[in-house]
Amino acid sequence: MKGATFKGGTHPFEGKDLSKDLPVKKIVPTGEMVYPVSQHIGAPAQPIVKPGDHVLVGQTIAEAGGFVSTDICSSVSGTVKKIEKRLTVSGAMVDSIIIENDKEYTKIEGFGEKREYRSLSKEEIRECIKKAGIVGMGGAGFPTHVKLAPKDDNAIDYVLVNGAECEPYLTSDYRMMLECPEEIIGGLKVILSLFPNAKGYICIEDNKPEAIKVLEQQVLKEERISVKVLKTKYPQGAERTLIYAATGRMINSKMLPADAGCVVNNIDTVISVYKAVCQNIPLIRRIVTVTGEGANHPQNFEVPTGMSYKEVLEQAGGCNEKTVKIISGGPMMGMALYDIDVPVMKTSSALLCLTKDEVAEQEPTACIRCGRCVSVCPSKLVPQMMLSYAEKFDNEGFVKINGMECYECGSCTYVCPAKRRLTQSFKQTRRSVMDSRRKQ
Amino acid sequence: MSNLYNVSASPHVRSKDSTKTIMRDVVIALLPACLAGIWVFKMEALLVLLTTSVACLLTEYIYERLMKKKITTGDYSALVTGLLLGMNLPPSIPLWIAVLGSVFAILVVKQLFGGLGQNFMNPALGARCFLMISFTGRMTSFTLDGVSSATPLAVLKNAGSSASVMDTLTQNGTSLLNMFLGNIGGTIGETSALAILIGAAYLFIRRIISWEIPVCYIGVFSVFMLLFGGHGLDGMYLLAELCGGGLLLGAFFMATDYVTSPITKNGKIVFGICLGILTGIFRVYGGSAEGVSYAIIFCNLLVPLIEKVTMPKPFGYVKEKKTK
Repeated sequence: MKGATFKGGTHPFEGKDLSKDLPVKKIVPTGEMVYPVSQHIGAPAQPIVKPGDHVLVGQTIAEAGGFVSTDICSSVSGTVKKIEKRLTVSGAMVDSIIIENDKEYTKIEGFGEKREYRSLSKEEIRECIKKAGIVGMGGAGFPTHVKLAPKDDNAIDYVLVNGAECEPYLTSDYRMMLECPEEIIGGLKVILSLFPNAKGYICIEDNKPEAIKVLEQQVLKEERISVKVLKTKYPQGAERTLIYAATGRMINSKMLPADAGCVVNNIDTVISVYKAVCQNIPLIRRIVTVTGEGANHPQNFEVPTGMSYKEVLEQAGGCNEKTVKIISGGPMMGMALYDIDVPVMKTSSALLCLTKDEVAEQEPTACIRCGRCVSVCPSKLVPQMMLSYAEKFDNEGFVKINGMECYECGSCTYVCPAKRRLTQSFKQTRRSVMDSRRKQ
Repeated sequence: MSNLYNVSASPHVRSKDSTKTIMRDVVIALLPACLAGIWVFKMEALLVLLTTSVACLLTEYIYERLMKKKITTGDYSALVTGLLLGMNLPPSIPLWIAVLGSVFAILVVKQLFGGLGQNFMNPALGARCFLMISFTGRMTSFTLDGVSSATPLAVLKNAGSSASVMDTLTQNGTSLLNMFLGNIGGTIGETSALAILIGAAYLFIRRIISWEIPVCYIGVFSVFMLLFGGHGLDGMYLLAELCGGGLLLGAFFMATDYVTSPITKNGKIVFGICLGILTGIFRVYGGSAEGVSYAIIFCNLLVPLIEKVTMPKPFGYVKEKKTK
């Protein structure tokens, strides 16, 4: 099986064996639930509940605050305690709706009711998706109903389901592919119904042969859907590299996938679409892999959004005392948490407990210009030169050598033999460039 | 659970390779050629190699100590320079000249420009050229088995283009096989083509160097020699030119020096082509039979320019241009 791929990239230690054979377990929260109003890219959602209100499972508690924004639904039933700023994964304090869980899980009317998507119009489907609060669950959190509403539905040739899961350690998408392939196919069919000319590809890296087998079996009867096998390489699951590998088309930072006739959705997003449209269940849960050498019992969990990572980890059996670093997400692009009492959000994918902080252990030394950063960069940039501009705070020079094309995948930093902190500097410089652009 | 965990921006994992492991691999790759040199030139070669290695390490240590910098002798880069310099010297070189060359390589070429990664030319080659100019006689007198003899390349050059390559070599008591195995006069490291190829294979397997520079260099050089070497399409002549002199050592170990070669892929190709042409020009039209060292340090100076014109187009922009 030789998979399609892109130029560049690297092969970090996979670490998926820790959790890849462990089925998804449901987890029940006991503590208070925290719903930050910013769990997506775009305008924050506007709370529509007040302290003291009683809410039910699946009830909308905040509505989209703009065009690029989406709703947020409660994952438990209970009473709204207050609305206040709370710490989130990114380290920022974000307005959050705090709900006291009454542990009864009373569902809102119509929750889980079967629906036939064929009887719905395109607008109704998009409205369903918006009401369910679905966002890109691969990490970026772009509101899905916006993604699914390009200028011209007929110009979309491919709907890609991103099952690459190229981040080391993560196995949540993999488990979903094995455990509920029907829902993936179902969700993809809903999306395909929006785009009459599109073919559906389920893209999977070739290190997941079981998932490929299961899904290939499932798509046998589907005319418009096929499985696309990709080479295992980081960052294969990045939107731009995925589109290139699957369709041969290329987009840059100034383009949207729709410009290349593509729509890309994560596995879990597609499942959420299926649930929202066909079962009337909004996005109120997330598959989270608790893993890493520091985790006592690695496991894949179905976690209600709003639950604290701290409680998730406690229920998972905690982490051992050797743990020095806890990351939300994968080791290549995830966020390190100094305090794990932060809520699981729509974009959370893993809680990774590392017993070794490889970044802190290794001091950067002089660049020897080995060129490894250049050869791995999936955006074909020259990170070595970008770093020298970034270190001089020369934003203009940084932009001139296409620094803004970087999507911070971390490949250059992973391979750098001098252990230089490239991505870290790029992040700073890119923020600073974006800020100054906004001011203009 | 209230203890604070480490925080840093992603990525949180690093590959196992470091500057140290890379330089150690280069040292390992240099060993076959060093051993071949010691086998051919015996004690003399061993002493020269030891002298340059120790002198380079000491220079780096003393300089960094005096300047209160972090001591970097542990990263093997000074050892690589020392070995390369020793390999670029004739075995009969007086040891004090070897020491002088080492000091020049590390102090002047490397440290004064800012240390590892900052030098604009290969330290070992810079020192070789410095010694070439200062001590031309001693740097170009080669002995084999105690008898002073010209290198096969010099013999070929003096014989002119009308003489048969095989005959010229035989008359001077050598053969292509000797040139390949290393039983010829020359500098310590460039004598055995076979040993250099073994070391180069190791570098390729360990992915320390990529194909662009050596392949373009040797390829373009071969074409140049066949066209302008004056021997027509004589395969024997080409083989002699390839095995003789510093071409292989230069192409695999010195032109590929990370610090002084372009960082972009296309830049490496351009760099290799420039090297091939320049080496050919120096060998065919130059005063000496050799030309590799000068070609490499000259091209080292071109690197910033080459990088500027070979900046890769970022992903997603190439196609855009085509459709326009």
